[in-house]
Amino acid sequence: MSNSPTIAEPPNADSPGLDRRSRALRKIVVRILEGSRRGHLGAAYSLIEILRVLYDDILRYDPKNPKWSARDRCILSKGHGCLALYAILADKGFFPKTELDKFCQEDGILGGHPEASKVPGVEASTGSLGHGLSIGIGFALNARYAQTDSRTFVILGDGESNEGSVWEAAMCAGKHKLSNLTVLVDYNKHQSYGSTFEVQDLEPFADKWRAFGFAATEVDGHDVEALRSALTQVPFESDKPSAIICHTIKGKGISYAENNLKWHHKNKISDEEIQSMLAELEVGVDA
Amino acid sequence: MRKLCLEKVYEFAKNDERIFFMGSDLGFGTLNQFKEEIPGRFLMEGVNEANIIGIAAGLALEGRIVYVNTIATFITRRCFEQVVLDLGLHNVNVRLIGNGGGVVYAPLGPTHLAIDDIAILRAIPNMTIVAPADEAEMGRLMPLTVEHPGPMYIRLGKGNEPILTTDDIPFAIGKVFPMREGSDALIITTGVTLKASLDAADTLKQQGISTAVLHVPTVKPLDTTALLEHMASVPVVVTIEEHTLMGGLGSAVAEIVAEANFNPSKRFKRIGIPDVFPDKYGAQLDVMARYGISAEKLVAVVEVLSQ
Repeated sequence: MSNSPTIAEPPNADSPGLDRRSRALRKIVVRILEGSRRGHLGAAYSLIEILRVLYDDILRYDPKNPKWSARDRCILSKGHGCLALYAILADKGFFPKTELDKFCQEDGILGGHPEASKVPGVEASTGSLGHGLSIGIGFALNARYAQTDSRTFVILGDGESNEGSVWEAAMCAGKHKLSNLTVLVDYNKHQSYGSTFEVQDLEPFADKWRAFGFAATEVDGHDVEALRSALTQVPFESDKPSAIICHTIKGKGISYAENNLKWHHKNKISDEEIQSMLAELEVGVDA
Repeated sequence: MRKLCLEKVYEFAKNDERIFFMGSDLGFGTLNQFKEEIPGRFLMEGVNEANIIGIAAGLALEGRIVYVNTIATFITRRCFEQVVLDLGLHNVNVRLIGNGGGVVYAPLGPTHLAIDDIAILRAIPNMTIVAPADEAEMGRLMPLTVEHPGPMYIRLGKGNEPILTTDDIPFAIGKVFPMREGSDALIITTGVTLKASLDAADTLKQQGISTAVLHVPTVKPLDTTALLEHMASVPVVVTIEEHTLMGGLGSAVAEIVAEANFNPSKRFKRIGIPDVFPDKYGAQLDVMARYGISAEKLVAVVEVLSQ
């Protein structure tokens, strides 16, 4: 398509090794799992670099004042990826790291899906799929009406993109030419039952977004430089919302969890598994 | 009732930057003046209710007060999960204005009959449900909707309903309104069935049965204390509503009656649409009459229970 920006590397089959920060964030996720022994690990580990680049380099926010009106808004529409979101929010100081040890526990604020009323930094309660983009359009329309330069970023899952409401919202964002709205799709090509190609094929995925009025590009969703390069160039076109298809690997960083649906949501994680995950995350190419 | 309701939204929006209006694919010309004068806060988004509710939630999370209007069935059934999670869970200031609550769209068949809207929305925490009886009451309700906290459903009648309520008593969300005093029986009604209730009470009075009428425009939160007080002094309680018997006003009152341990216990009956899809067309009042949502049926039921 002619309106595809030419900024990003094509999806890289040889995804780069994880640097120290990417491994550190994944270790925070292991800490969360150590307390709860359960969670959507695969869905979180495909997402770490997307969140990392957003929160390290792109988003404007103040962890001491999470409701700062001039902040950028970020919605994790694929709420089951919240282990990664909690890791980065705690790392940035939105809430004390001790909360991480109480994931899914009675006296904690961090549930298996994120709740805006409980977790500082969470903009919208998500978990049931297909809600986040519409809420994000509300944020973006409000910013436009109020003439603020706050931007909205919405992270969708690929399985989530089976939902009709996602495409209702896409059509609407295109109609409104919401250049202050960016969609990032965590395209790990697996959903609960199997591969997205078998369960509900989304291809041609980027073209679908373009057809709905977005400017779209594709990046390797674990390549920090590629993500940063794409995100620093939004909006790709001045009168369109932007879509970034992030090619990722489910469970990225733990060899036996990668592309392994048993780790989509894992229950009863053992001491041995915790130790082996930590051991694997110790090894890597430091950037 | 609908016209006044929407005009009020426009009126409020002129002076209050927080107010947005959203519609799906409403009749041509709806709120044209709003659209022309305040285009930035007028959104007509097409036949995509799930998306509309999500956008309304996003706007409301940013401090806006969003009035959403479309046909009642589509605003309740089609996007139920968005209403539960985006509006209820976030507890945001979005007002759903449902055209044709009950069997207003009788000629159009079951797809357009909002006979379960109250039941659907009653199950949602934080949701307020109001069903005014006439335009005058709508006029008193609307100013209160601006500052009311949390999501709200406003059930619209067909329009041109007879004016039965008066300005003597200020409207209050969550309150009931005694419309007739009586000691032998109590009719509890919401929305446009107030007319049948008052007519029935008049007939019953002539027959020597002193019948009170309690108008309950707020079905949720229900004014339980007042309902218990009014029910305490009568042996017979009948509810009437333009709604299925499964989960509406009658069910809500039955829950209160069952837990109250009245001694002696009440003779109690609900009038409404039975557990069926109405399978014939015709006009609103015809459908209501077929299922006994009428003054005649009320009279007969109260007579039987009073014996």
